[in-house]
Amino acid sequence: MSTEQDNIRIYIMGKAYEVPGGLTIMKAMEYAGYRLVRGVGCRGGFCGACATVFRRAGDYKLYADLACQATAEDEMYIAQIPSVPAERAPWELSELAPEDNPILALYPEVARCVACNTCTRACPQELEVMDYIQAALRGDIPQVAELSFDCVQCGLCAMRCPAEIVHYHVGQLGRRIYGAYRAPESGHLAARVEELRSGAFDQELDKLERMSKDDLVELYRKRDVEG
Amino acid sequence: MNSILYYPGCGVADQACSMEAAARGALAALGWEMEEMSRWNCCGTVYSLATDDLMRHVGPARVLARAQDAGHERLLTLCSMCYNTLKRAERFLTEDRDRLERVNAFLDDEPDYTGGVRVVHLLELVRDEIGYEAVEEAVQRPLAGLKVSPYYGCTLTRPRSAGIDDPENPRVLEDLLMALGAEPVSSPQGVECCGAYLTATSPEIARRRAADISRAAAAGGAELMVTSCPLCQYNLDTRQKEARGASGRGVPSLYFTQLLALAVGADPAMDEQVIDPRPVLAARGLAVEVKA
Amino acid sequence: MAEQLRLAKAVLSAQFARRVEELSGQSPYRCYQCGKCSAGCPFADSMDMLPNQVLRLVQLGDEKVLETGAPWSCASCLACEVRCPRGVDIAKVMEAVRLLALRKGESPVTLGSVPAERLPQIAVVGVSRKMTP
Repeated sequence: MSTEQDNIRIYIMGKAYEVPGGLTIMKAMEYAGYRLVRGVGCRGGFCGACATVFRRAGDYKLYADLACQATAEDEMYIAQIPSVPAERAPWELSELAPEDNPILALYPEVARCVACNTCTRACPQELEVMDYIQAALRGDIPQVAELSFDCVQCGLCAMRCPAEIVHYHVGQLGRRIYGAYRAPESGHLAARVEELRSGAFDQELDKLERMSKDDLVELYRKRDVEG
Repeated sequence: MNSILYYPGCGVADQACSMEAAARGALAALGWEMEEMSRWNCCGTVYSLATDDLMRHVGPARVLARAQDAGHERLLTLCSMCYNTLKRAERFLTEDRDRLERVNAFLDDEPDYTGGVRVVHLLELVRDEIGYEAVEEAVQRPLAGLKVSPYYGCTLTRPRSAGIDDPENPRVLEDLLMALGAEPVSSPQGVECCGAYLTATSPEIARRRAADISRAAAAGGAELMVTSCPLCQYNLDTRQKEARGASGRGVPSLYFTQLLALAVGADPAMDEQVIDPRPVLAARGLAVEVKA
Repeated sequence: MAEQLRLAKAVLSAQFARRVEELSGQSPYRCYQCGKCSAGCPFADSMDMLPNQVLRLVQLGDEKVLETGAPWSCASCLACEVRCPRGVDIAKVMEAVRLLALRKGESPVTLGSVPAERLPQIAVVGVSRKMTP
C-alpha cells in the first residue's frame, strides 16, 4: 500500500507513468511531462474544461470527473475529453414567451431519455442530471433551473448518454428561461434600477469619473472593508 | 382518509393537469387521497415489444423500485398509457428472474425491485374498491341524463393480460357514467385506436381517426365523449377540430375524472379546449366555468 | 398487389424469418392468413401493405418488408393481437420489422421534424421510442 509520499503508477492514454501519490489527475499528468493546452482551465473545479474519464484496476466501471479535482490513484487508466461536440439549438430569449416550454421543441432528443441515470453517474458535480432532464420533459422549468444550477458544462453527461442528449444545453436553456421569465422578481433590484434611472447616484458617479488615477487608487486603498 | 401512492406521468403533470386536479377533488369527496411519488421519471409512454430490449424497461423498473422502496404495494395512475406501460413492464420483469436480476444489477443506484407492486388504474380503484354504490351516494350534481360516449382507446383494455376490462365489450366507463347519472352511449369505435403517437408523424391519420370516432359517437346520440388518456384527449379534441374544419361543431371530449368531479360536487378543472364542452354541459343544467 | 413476388432462392432467406421470430417472440408460421388482423386494423387504409401481407412476407423470409411503409403506420394498438385466432401478436411482429430497420440505422423520422412545441410529450416520446434508432 503506497503512502502519499510513495510513487504510484498511472496510465495516461495507455502509457504507464510513475508519479507521486496524492496529486490530482491534472498535476499527475503534468508531472508525467504533459503540457496541457486543451482540457485545462481554471484548475479550480469551476470551468469544466478538464473532463476526464478513467478506470480503476479490477473494476469494470467507467468513472468520470474533473482532472483538477480528482486524485490520481495507483493503477488508474486515464483519458481526457477536452472538447465535447454539441450543437446548441438556436434560440432568442426575447422570442420565447414566458409560458412556453420550448425545451422539447428545441431539443426533441430529450424525449429519448430512458431514465438510465448514466448522466447522473458521470457528473463530477454530483448533480441529479437525469432528474432535470425528466423535469425538462414534463415542462417543469423551475426544477430544471434548480437541479442544474451547479453545472460546469464539462460535457461528460453528453458523452455517455445513450439517447444522445446534450444535458448541459438543456439545463442552460431552462435556467435562462427561469431567470428571465419565471423567477420571482427581485423588488430590491427593481428599486435600485429606478434609483439609478432617476439620477440618485449621478453626483457621486460624476465625482468619481473626474478623479485622477492616483486619487482613485488612494480612495480605493482607504475604503471600508468589512470583517 | 384512504391514501394511495400516485404516479402522474409526463402528460398529466404538464398539459393534462386538469385530469389530475379533477381526480384529486373527486377522490377527496370519496374519502381518498393520492400521494404523489417524491421523485419519478417518464415511464417511456409505449411498452417495448422486443424480446431482447431491456433498456426501455429501465424507466418503468425505476418507477416500480421507488414505489416499492417507499413501502407501497400499489401504484395508482390516471393516464391509461402509463398504466399500460408500467403494468406490462412489471410483468415482463418479474416473469423472468434473469431479466429482473439484470435490470436490478443495472439499476445499482436504486434499491432492488423484487416484484409485487400492483399498478392500478383509477377506473379499477373506483370499480373494485370504492364501488359504484359509494360513488352514487357521493353524487351531488347528477349528470341529468347527459349522453356520453365512453372512449376507451387501446391501452386500458389491451392486451388481455394487462387490461382492466374486456377488450371488445368493456363496461367500466359505462358503469361509472350510470352511477353519475349520465346515459352512456356505447360506440363501435369506442375501443379502436385514436392513432396515438402517429399524430406526430402522420397527423392526417389522427384526423381521420378522430373524425370516425366522433361520428360514431354522434351517430349513437352522444353529446360528449370521455377519455382516460391525455393523448386520446389531444387527438379527439385538436385533431377532430382539424378534421371537421369550419363546417362541423364536433363532439367535445372530457377526461372521465372531470365528469366524476363535476358529479360529486368537486371542481372539474375545466381547461381551454379546442372543442368547447361547456355548451353541451350547460344545456343539461351543468354549467361550468373555465378557470382563468 | 401490382408487383409479382419472385420466389428465387436468393430472395428467400430463412435467416430473416428466424430473426423476426427471435425479436418478436412470435412464430410467424402460426399465421394462416385469415385476415382478421387487417380487417380490424384502424390504420390499414394508410398502409401500403396490409398487416397480414406483412406477415406473409416475413413467413417467406423476404427482407423487402423492411422497405414497406406499413410498420410505420402501426400504432401498436393491439387490435390485431386480441383478435388473432392463432394468438399471434402481430404488433410484436411489426415492432420486430421496425427494429430490424432501425438497428441498421434507418429511420423514417428525424426527431427534429416533429413539431414538438405543439404536441403532448406522450406523442413525441412515443415516436422517439418507436421510430428512431
